[in-house]
Amino acid sequence: MTTYNVGDKVRVAVTHPPGHRRVPYYIRGKTGEIERYCGAFANPEELAYGFDGRPERPLYRVRFMQSEIWPDYDGPANDSVDLEIQEHWLSPA
Amino acid sequence: MADERDTKNPEDMHHPHVHEEGKFLKWDDDSDHDVNETGHYELMAEAIRELLIEKEIVTADDIRGNLEFMDSRGTHLGAKIVARAWNDPAYKQRLMDDGTAAVGELGIPMGDVELVVVENTDDAHNMVVCTLCSCYPRTILGLPPDWYKSKSYRSRVVHEPRVVLKEFGTDLPDGTTVRVHDSNADMRYLVLPMRPDGTDDWSEDQLAELVTRDSMVGTAPAKSPD
Repeated sequence: MTTYNVGDKVRVAVTHPPGHRRVPYYIRGKTGEIERYCGAFANPEELAYGFDGRPERPLYRVRFMQSEIWPDYDGPANDSVDLEIQEHWLSPA
Repeated sequence: MADERDTKNPEDMHHPHVHEEGKFLKWDDDSDHDVNETGHYELMAEAIRELLIEKEIVTADDIRGNLEFMDSRGTHLGAKIVARAWNDPAYKQRLMDDGTAAVGELGIPMGDVELVVVENTDDAHNMVVCTLCSCYPRTILGLPPDWYKSKSYRSRVVHEPRVVLKEFGTDLPDGTTVRVHDSNADMRYLVLPMRPDGTDDWSEDQLAELVTRDSMVGTAPAKSPD
């Protein structure tokens, strides 16, 4: 049972907490579509400091259109970038 | 800085340095100063290695065995996976559905990461990057090439993939969608390149010869039969 299904539109949080984060700056605040659910994985933000990373967090692959990430992208409209984002960084869009 | 060098060693003007038997360096090459120096991180790694052995946490043989295992992984494993997928539609389906399990069938463990296989077609071309560091499917391709770890590749692929592809000699028509995969977490990616034309009756071993590292990272197509 996951919060998001394939095809759902989601937005990545815009937040800049200190510490080890796996969500690159270039994708924060961008809107994409769930491409697949990858399973639940230990939270790297905790693992990085010697904790056990539990509870595991749902991880999704999210597909973003290039034109959404870079407004001046001059390639074809379907070009995309996929990233893996854990659920606590996502909200419905 | 030729003048300064001349004062230290006037012979520099006339002869190349000879530092080791058979090893010549250009007279104006500054790199000769640190050729055999051990850097900070090498020293630290060496110290930790010695401590681990001294405290009997690992043995020298454990370390040697691990290095041997790491060196045994390489593009030949990825090529075997791709060639099998080209020749066996049922295997290809399993590979697309669950990459980790399908490479496990061939005796290749993924360790603590999962494998996602992305397929190149006439409609879509896939390429892989890790913008955060240099995550790479080492279990099936071995060590990443230097360019894969460079800041230039990592920062440019996500916003001008077609320019980068052209620099690799891969010029895609606008009708082919470019999909970049940033391996920023727990998945690792293998690009399944398109099977080259003219290889219909080829065996798996023959096909594997056409599968290059770059074709599996997505910067180039597989080799064509000549």
